[in-house]
Amino acid sequence: MQALWTTAETATRDSIAKFPAESRKSARVSDVMVSAAKAVLADDSGTAPAAVAPLLSVRDLHVQFVSQDALLNAVRGISYDVHAGEVVALVGESGCGKSVSSLAVMRLLPGDGATRFTGAAELNGKDYFALPEEAMRRLRGRDIAMIFQEPMTSLNPLLTIGRQIIEPMLEHLDMTMKDAERRAVELLTKVGVTDPERRMHQYPHEFSGGMRQRAMIAIALACNPKVIIADEPTTALDVTIQAQILELLRGLVDELGVGLVLITHNLGLVARYADRVHVMYAGRIVESGSSAQVLEQPRHRYTIGLLGAVPHLDQPRQERLKNIPGQPPSLRCLPSGCAFRLRCEAATKVCAASPGRAGDGGHSFACFHPGDLRRPIDNPTGTETRGGKADTGIALRVRGLSKDFHLGKGATVRALQAIDFDVPEGGTLGLVGESGCGKTTVARTLLRLEEATAGSADYLGHDMLSATKAEVTQLRQQVQVVYQDPHTSLNPRHRIGHALAEPLLVHGLCKSKAEAAGRVEELLGLVGLPADMATRYPHQMSGGQRQRVGIARALGMNPKFIILDEPVSALDVSIQAQVMNLLADLQSQLGLSYLLIAHDLAVIRHISDRVAVMYLGRIVETGTASELFEAPRHPYTQALLASVPALADVGRARRQGIAVKGELPSPLDPPSGCVFRTRCPLASAECARVVPAPVAFSETHHVACIKV
Amino acid sequence: MIRYVISRLLLSIPTLLGVATLIFFMLNVLPGDAVETMLRAEGGNPTPELVASERARLGLDRPILVQYGDFLSGLATFDLGTSSWTGKPVVEEIALRLPVTLQVAVLAMLLALAIAIPLGTIAGVYHETWIDYAIRSFAIGGIALPSFWFGMLIALVMLWYFNWLPPLGSPSLFDDPLRLLQQLALPAIAIGYRYAAILIRMMRSSVIEVMHEDFVRTARAKGLRAGHIIRRHVIPNSLLPTITMIGLEFALLIGSLVVIEQVFSLNGIGRLFLDAVSRSDLAIIQGIVMVLTVIFVVVNLLVDFAYAAIDPRIKLA
Amino acid sequence: MRNVFSAPVSTELLSELPRRRSAVLRFAMDEPLGALGLVVIVASVLLTLFAPLIAPYDPLANDYGAAVQAPSALHWLGTDSFGRDIFSRVLYGGRTALLIGVTASFIGCTIGALLGIGSAYFGGWMDLILERFMEILLAIPITVLALVLVSTLGRDMMLGIDVNLVFAIALPIIPKMARVARSQALSMRRMSYVDAARTLGFGHFRIIALHMAPNIFGPYIVMLTAFVSQAILIEASLSYLGLGVVEPTPSWGLMLAGNAFNTAMTAPWIVIFPGLAIAIVIFAFSMFGDALRDLLDPKSNRDR
Repeated sequence: MQALWTTAETATRDSIAKFPAESRKSARVSDVMVSAAKAVLADDSGTAPAAVAPLLSVRDLHVQFVSQDALLNAVRGISYDVHAGEVVALVGESGCGKSVSSLAVMRLLPGDGATRFTGAAELNGKDYFALPEEAMRRLRGRDIAMIFQEPMTSLNPLLTIGRQIIEPMLEHLDMTMKDAERRAVELLTKVGVTDPERRMHQYPHEFSGGMRQRAMIAIALACNPKVIIADEPTTALDVTIQAQILELLRGLVDELGVGLVLITHNLGLVARYADRVHVMYAGRIVESGSSAQVLEQPRHRYTIGLLGAVPHLDQPRQERLKNIPGQPPSLRCLPSGCAFRLRCEAATKVCAASPGRAGDGGHSFACFHPGDLRRPIDNPTGTETRGGKADTGIALRVRGLSKDFHLGKGATVRALQAIDFDVPEGGTLGLVGESGCGKTTVARTLLRLEEATAGSADYLGHDMLSATKAEVTQLRQQVQVVYQDPHTSLNPRHRIGHALAEPLLVHGLCKSKAEAAGRVEELLGLVGLPADMATRYPHQMSGGQRQRVGIARALGMNPKFIILDEPVSALDVSIQAQVMNLLADLQSQLGLSYLLIAHDLAVIRHISDRVAVMYLGRIVETGTASELFEAPRHPYTQALLASVPALADVGRARRQGIAVKGELPSPLDPPSGCVFRTRCPLASAECARVVPAPVAFSETHHVACIKV
Repeated sequence: MIRYVISRLLLSIPTLLGVATLIFFMLNVLPGDAVETMLRAEGGNPTPELVASERARLGLDRPILVQYGDFLSGLATFDLGTSSWTGKPVVEEIALRLPVTLQVAVLAMLLALAIAIPLGTIAGVYHETWIDYAIRSFAIGGIALPSFWFGMLIALVMLWYFNWLPPLGSPSLFDDPLRLLQQLALPAIAIGYRYAAILIRMMRSSVIEVMHEDFVRTARAKGLRAGHIIRRHVIPNSLLPTITMIGLEFALLIGSLVVIEQVFSLNGIGRLFLDAVSRSDLAIIQGIVMVLTVIFVVVNLLVDFAYAAIDPRIKLA
Repeated sequence: MRNVFSAPVSTELLSELPRRRSAVLRFAMDEPLGALGLVVIVASVLLTLFAPLIAPYDPLANDYGAAVQAPSALHWLGTDSFGRDIFSRVLYGGRTALLIGVTASFIGCTIGALLGIGSAYFGGWMDLILERFMEILLAIPITVLALVLVSTLGRDMMLGIDVNLVFAIALPIIPKMARVARSQALSMRRMSYVDAARTLGFGHFRIIALHMAPNIFGPYIVMLTAFVSQAILIEASLSYLGLGVVEPTPSWGLMLAGNAFNTAMTAPWIVIFPGLAIAIVIFAFSMFGDALRDLLDPKSNRDR
């Protein structure tokens, strides 16, 4: 490994003029990589590549966006191979260039002056970057296909699903309409769409998100491509559906022997489904290897940091996440040498001189000071147990909370049906569930942004749901909220200082502007932002910084209770860890009680003392964090937990079967009896008759299921 | 689809009722005595007795709500009252003039659509090239030139260079379609240009927008031909906002119709309207506003149906 | 073959592209037509403002000795059948057009914006009633509505403008602006910063005036500019039909009315120049409005 660094040029400058020389060099490196990769793969798992030569081979890919006065280096020389029957993951945070590089590999970037891409890409040993556009078009969809992130917008709303699957077959395969239709039905069956003859003639809006993504996969498979690139294929989907889709993809790869490039930000997915991993940072691959190597023995400092920042389901308590300080660099002014060095504690002078170069087929990393950690997540420091919080007081006691939405024409969505939960004082209740389960409605009714249909919410002797206008104004100082999307939760026209000072002045918490300015500075300090941020506008800040401002704004009112509505779901892993740590610190510093609403079980696990699991407007299981995560009782909770891909899953847990069948029923027409019965493996006829009452397993652990 | 059509038809009734009410009260309650104005227009200085008897004859001395009730019940039976000027039923007066107006409108609309959809698509597909600039310049002309002035200019040009003016009279569509076309071509071009320009701009911008949609990227990833993508994916999706615009901007077309009839001395609804205004013939004014509103509403209904025919998402809603 | 698809590149990457510094320069570079429009608008405002100083003749003075004269050094744009100087009349006509156009558009857009925001914010029955009312107003073709209003209201001069004419032109603008403002406000209500303002306990007035209204200012200005050109066009049409501005007030529409067309068969300048003036001003406001829209709405890529 050391020897390889010496072959790396001492100062790589990204200039177009240098590309030929660089690609020659990396071509030599790649030979080594290929043979080493073969060796690794052979003993890695049962999915040995069928062919020796890679199906897809990307070499020294650079992508630049050119504007009148700036040059963005989005991708800076990445190389990777994909073999038959192999899942290769490109993993990294937003802006690292993983999606752009895949568009470049598909040659879907505009070939105009504003975007340049160079390098080489070979499909079956043939360099197709050199092909004219017309020849490339014939390759696309036939030999190399792509699945996009947003199944909602990636299908044409005006054409039937069948038509969209058939299109590439008619274009590339010289098939008759009849044959193509027959194959479309076959494909839909293969990707798990039931009743394909009928559903072929339906339009995308008649498909759920998961079903659309299945249709997208059918489109990609239509012409039997050799390689499929999947760009964040499940990011827009719920965790149970995500598991279904990835199981499907993995199965197809194994069965058909295609090569799959999986682009994702989710390290858990990588662990469970990928054979090889390339970790990207600021346009470069910083570490490559088999999933086991990279996830269990990460060497590059960025990979180590990233892995430390991921909250884990199997992590018994809320230790601080090991976050990476700072922000990813702007592509406009990348630091010289290793792009990570400014956030890296091990960086030295040598890091500024050269980026290092990943080499060594098996496990390579572009780092001069590689860390050497066995499972960095296995060294809990400063463990402190918080399970004992259960016997403290109750900050908020919600009983029988119901909310109906009347849609007109007599249709009613019963968004919440008699919800009960308690938020421990000075502790956190995590409310978890998939989209559409009603968890956000809980927050909105508690905040009186919507009026509840029935129920009570007792906060220190006041019923938040029946409080008068004047009382609500009072309560709003004590009960605050942090919103999900940092992009929309701050008024784009107000400076940060103004946004923070306005509530203080309106409520008379500060008497003068000067006093408010002092308090603003204090609040910014509390959430770890420099005081000069007060003069900025929201668009001049990053997502993580904005979320800190949102927290500061809530803290300004000196609340005792904060509702956190998906506070970190819009943030990248390393930033997410920073914000989660901040929230934990503030809680212990200020004695705050949190109601945390989230879909990410790991986030819930990390901050919550108690957890309530919601499904279709009902709470199916509540308990302390350890009860619920270590001994889940309700079949839905169990399925949910099984769906979450965890880092510990490397190579082991793959292909253990789909956790939950089917999809969420329409909230307009929920199943009778137990709402989960339509997807439940234990369901019997009785489940359709009775709405299960909560069964107590301990003082805190309640499960609404008649089968446990 | 049939249920959709029926429900949309029923939904437009309250709107029309609202328009009728608004117009009725606008004309009858707002200041100004119509009868007096009318009698003055006939010449002479009417005595108060004459005004009163004339009001009684026209039924204008009854309480306003009674008149309103009459007006509404008349509407229900397609009886719009009688003209205070000619004494003939309003429906008859309007029916006499409506064909010319409708023919110009339909001709202008067809002309505009035939130009706008291809040009807008081409401009959008080749945006930021010389062909786009050329089409946009053409469209800017349509936006900026007032149609009545543009009508005058083309008439003058025809006169100077070809010594030709549109034929007079009222040729029938069935007996002498060519002569009718000669008569209506210039007014239709004059008002169609502006309409076309608006639609070109709409079509162009929606084509550009749709070309950035994810599903177009999907279509490209499938390796489909550019022409196929534009025909099957881009154009249908771009048509949706353009179709909406066709309905909305039809209001402007109707407005320019009234004016253009004056320029080309066409004996259509616009002329009748202006005459009625100068004689304060309230029944005619009300009737024409109702008819024009109905036309506008009907065009918008057709537009909605066309939209629903293209967009499968509508049928469920 | 030119690749007609400029593929969607990650917008977050493009947003990193630095903005150029000078706002004016940027506007002129990105929106040359809009900049041209602005120049024309400023020029026409100045020309009409200082019309008394610039105009070589009294726009109202008849001079039958000099009737129907072709453009010359004496009469730059010729004279009409009353011998009035067309250049002077075009200048003064611009006063009428701009005054009525800007006032009507301002009144219509302001009322429309307030109604739209209020309707969206309060929702419920108020929204329902306003929406129905706007729907009814929208169902009447705009010029027809204006025609009915001017014909029933008659004239009411105030400070040299016909207030009723301005009202007649402004009224049809209200529902169009209200629609836009309402949809903007509705999408804004989905933004959590409005929820945030409510959970911080701010009053309705503060939220509407200080949190929502400023964010509608962009579309408001765009619509305002667009409707100035529409108002000018309607004023010209009404005056042409004899229902707008009346003689002897100079107005572009009026200069084309009556037997101007017949005279123009031999003396084309009589119709060419007033019409050209209308076209130039409408062009300027339309282009400026388009440019503003592109500038304020990053999603609109009409000219990208």
